Amino acid sequence: MKARVTVTLKSGILDPQGKAIEGALKTLGVKGVASVRQGKVFDIELAGGDRKAAEALLKEAADKLLANTVIENYRVEVTG
Amino acid sequence: MRSAILVFPGINRERDMARALRLTSGREPAMVWHTDTALPAGTDLVVVPGGFSYGDYLRCGAIAARAPVMDAVRHFAGVGGLVLGVCNGFQILCEAGLLPGVLMRNEALKFICRDVYLKVERSDTSFTRGYNAGQVIRVPVAHGEGNYVADAQTLARLEGEGRVLFRYVAPDGSLDAAWNVNGATAAIAGILNEAGNVLGMMPHPENHVEPRMGVTDGRGLFAGLVDHFRQAA
Repeated sequence: MKARVTVTLKSGILDPQGKAIEGALKTLGVKGVASVRQGKVFDIELAGGDRKAAEALLKEAADKLLANTVIENYRVEVTG
Repeated sequence: MRSAILVFPGINRERDMARALRLTSGREPAMVWHTDTALPAGTDLVVVPGGFSYGDYLRCGAIAARAPVMDAVRHFAGVGGLVLGVCNGFQILCEAGLLPGVLMRNEALKFICRDVYLKVERSDTSFTRGYNAGQVIRVPVAHGEGNYVADAQTLARLEGEGRVLFRYVAPDGSLDAAWNVNGATAAIAGILNEAGNVLGMMPHPENHVEPRMGVTDGRGLFAGLVDHFRQAA
């Protein structure tokens, strides 16, 4: 089973990297970009086949390590 | 003072720290490997040094914070043992939940390696008794992610409880955005935990303890700690 955990910065947390990317896109002439916030994506292969158990396991992984919940939110998806 | 320095893969300031501790305490610190599950018996002070543990993968300090030795450090801190984290060590202590908040990418996105001026906010702590309150000291920083961030409630508590021990200031001790090198919230350079026995700071006091460095302003921190344990003995 495959899964994806997406980690993004909470709103209100300053994102200097996102700002720099935003500036670079403007420099490149990519029109219409209002703002950019960057994050991380983790693609994870799971050994078992139980969807509910997978979601619980991914939540545990995100809480314990993948995200720092002081500044980040995460989303868990079992993708198939 | 018996000190123990934690060593993680990618740490590179452990020898500077060992030298400073040896020079100021007259004792050789123990080097403790990250897979160890216990600290040496009789440890007074645990130091988490600077560097790039695990190559700063995932987030600075995130992986080191989950190493086996950190359970022993958590227990040691829980019973009142003194813990000092410098630079990556500060990041590790935040990731381990021993200190609140997080260290984000420097505001200007550049790695900063230079001397800074710090105001010592209090002298009545185990870590700062070697200084006078309000004293300005000059010590180096070397980091890419030292921009301290915490939620409003945490910041209010840190300020209200006098837990901000060091702030980036101008040489005359005034708060000045131009001297807040990494853009840290409220120019915070170092904080204490609630119980007052865990200190995390981005600057490197261990690099300014010898006259040959031209400045010895970092010595007060170590001298104060040595004095603290001498008084306790």
